[in-house]
Amino acid sequence: MSRTRFRQGHCGQCQRSPVELLSETRAFFQGAIFQKHHYFSTLGSNNTSGGGDEQKETISVTFVSKDGEEIPIRVPIGTSMLEAAHQNDIELEGACEGSLACSTCHVIVMDMEHYNKLEEPSDEENDMLDLAFGLTETSRLGCQIIARPELDGIRLAIPAATRNFAVDGYVAKPH
Amino acid sequence: MAIFRARRVLWRSFSTISSHPLRVCIVGSGPAGFYTAEKILKTHQGSQVDIIDRLPTPYGLVRSGVAPDHPETKNVINQFSRVAQNGRCSFFGNVALGSSISLVELQELYHVVVLAYGAESDRVVGIPGEDLKGVHSAREFVWWYNGHPDGRNLDPDLKNTDTAVILGQGNVALDVARILLRPTSELAITDIASHALTALEQSSIRKVYLVGRRGPVQAACTAKELREVLGIKDLYIHTKETDLKITPADEEEMKNSRIHRRIYELLSKAATAGPSQPSSGQRELHFVFFRQPDRFLESYDRKGYVSGVHLEKTGLKGIGSGKQIAIGTGQFENLSCGIVLKSIGYKSVPVDDLPFDNQKGVVPNVKGRVLSDNSGDPTSFENGLYVCGWLKRGPTGIIATNLYCAEETVASLSEDLELGVLASTTRLPKLGRDGLLQILDNRNVRVVPFSAWERIDKEEKRLGSLRNKPREKLISREELLKVAGSE
Repeated sequence: MSRTRFRQGHCGQCQRSPVELLSETRAFFQGAIFQKHHYFSTLGSNNTSGGGDEQKETISVTFVSKDGEEIPIRVPIGTSMLEAAHQNDIELEGACEGSLACSTCHVIVMDMEHYNKLEEPSDEENDMLDLAFGLTETSRLGCQIIARPELDGIRLAIPAATRNFAVDGYVAKPH
Repeated sequence: MAIFRARRVLWRSFSTISSHPLRVCIVGSGPAGFYTAEKILKTHQGSQVDIIDRLPTPYGLVRSGVAPDHPETKNVINQFSRVAQNGRCSFFGNVALGSSISLVELQELYHVVVLAYGAESDRVVGIPGEDLKGVHSAREFVWWYNGHPDGRNLDPDLKNTDTAVILGQGNVALDVARILLRPTSELAITDIASHALTALEQSSIRKVYLVGRRGPVQAACTAKELREVLGIKDLYIHTKETDLKITPADEEEMKNSRIHRRIYELLSKAATAGPSQPSSGQRELHFVFFRQPDRFLESYDRKGYVSGVHLEKTGLKGIGSGKQIAIGTGQFENLSCGIVLKSIGYKSVPVDDLPFDNQKGVVPNVKGRVLSDNSGDPTSFENGLYVCGWLKRGPTGIIATNLYCAEETVASLSEDLELGVLASTTRLPKLGRDGLLQILDNRNVRVVPFSAWERIDKEEKRLGSLRNKPREKLISREELLKVAGSE
């Protein structure tokens, strides 16, 4: 369920000048037109993701964007991190739409405790991780991390890839 | 960080504050083109982006390069089609840079031109016999089985021989090997071109050799493709055990590269698992390492046709920074075959009025900004001209590589806009889309807009459903234009 994303700054903390806000708002509305299925309600931080009708148990997940912005969301049990990101307009690519045929939903699990709670990646996932940009020791594919109660509080960083841009398509790293 | 975000807001605002909407033309509708379009549309509100392609169909190598048995890799088409459907974006197929419209004309019509037309030619081996019949480039072979209009007349002879030699061990080489060796019943339910399926059903090829200049540690393929080819049903895999010996230099290379480590592990496991001899009638895949082609051998019975490859054994030599190259040892051997597929790399094609680095096979550029010439003078850029994808970086990487490539090129473009580098052009309105369509109409060019591609898409899917395939590709330009044009 890959969607073209136009994510709005989710900034409760920083001071913004009225001029910035005005441009941002104009851009916001143009973004809303640009993106056919933009749900205004998903800007709330304690929102259960748009999707199922039943009230599902959710866990708290925090995405950290390429710019360092923290985006806390709630994810229903059984939903993948990729789906959750898209449902909340978080800029996480998903070229192959969750079919283990690319590495664009690569996320970095920010603490070892949560990383260790994840099941070992399959051969197929490892094959795709081989190609991920900015691979780290706690990297996983977002489409393969499925929300479970034990993962409550997990923090996932979306890697910035424009530095270390390598011709071969991956960054060689001692690993 | 606040400064960075303020800059971003400034870039977004620029195109709306300016009275002339930014008009961009992207040449090439593969991943590089579409990721660039998506990024520009998102970053520059008010911008208008037109994507042209010389084929009536969009998506570049996603449609004509990705193997038919890799449908999930093609899912990215859904994302690209949403970009094309954006109101500020237009796709125009059957418009060729050079013959339909020149680069200079595009630069007059648009504020910014981004060239993303990839690499449609081949590196040559450069050895005697290369023009013997039966020696093909893997690129053309892939075009052939993927139904590319320019590949349909390849007509490779798969019936005169039981042995195929593939030069190269990258993913394209593995794709070709897999298509030659997979049971055709498995291929029959993919979007493989019908003429290729028929030829493969009648093929007498039973043995495929994948020949690489260097060793298993240097093999250019990636794990998914290797795992897949090793897992083909009832296929005998062979690798010489001596080829699997690794040196300290090899270990150093593997220490620094997860991919190469895992590839080596897969190859070693495959070499030692399984029977030591093929059973009768079993298809065979041989990994041949440390061999470089010296010349192609001509058949005695069939003049003008290839009958084998004269190979030279190689050794590895370190050239610093962990890299090892192949050096000939002066020992030779022959490998008989009836067809050779060269899979040693693609190459970009230059166009008029475009600076081109013939040695590297790319347009000289710095972070996507086209340089005026090859002299390496980093201060002399072609105003408003950018590159992305293989034309910029060389023909390596995966679909996702273009995501980051586009980000870099669009960042350069955005910076140029912000710093006023493009002020001389952006000050003025440009005709853009309307101007382009007017010129093309005057020249009787049959433009295929996205809605017309959607007609082609629908028809291909309909034809495919009659044969239990996801689609039956329309192969000839005439057919494609006919369906595109019909109501």
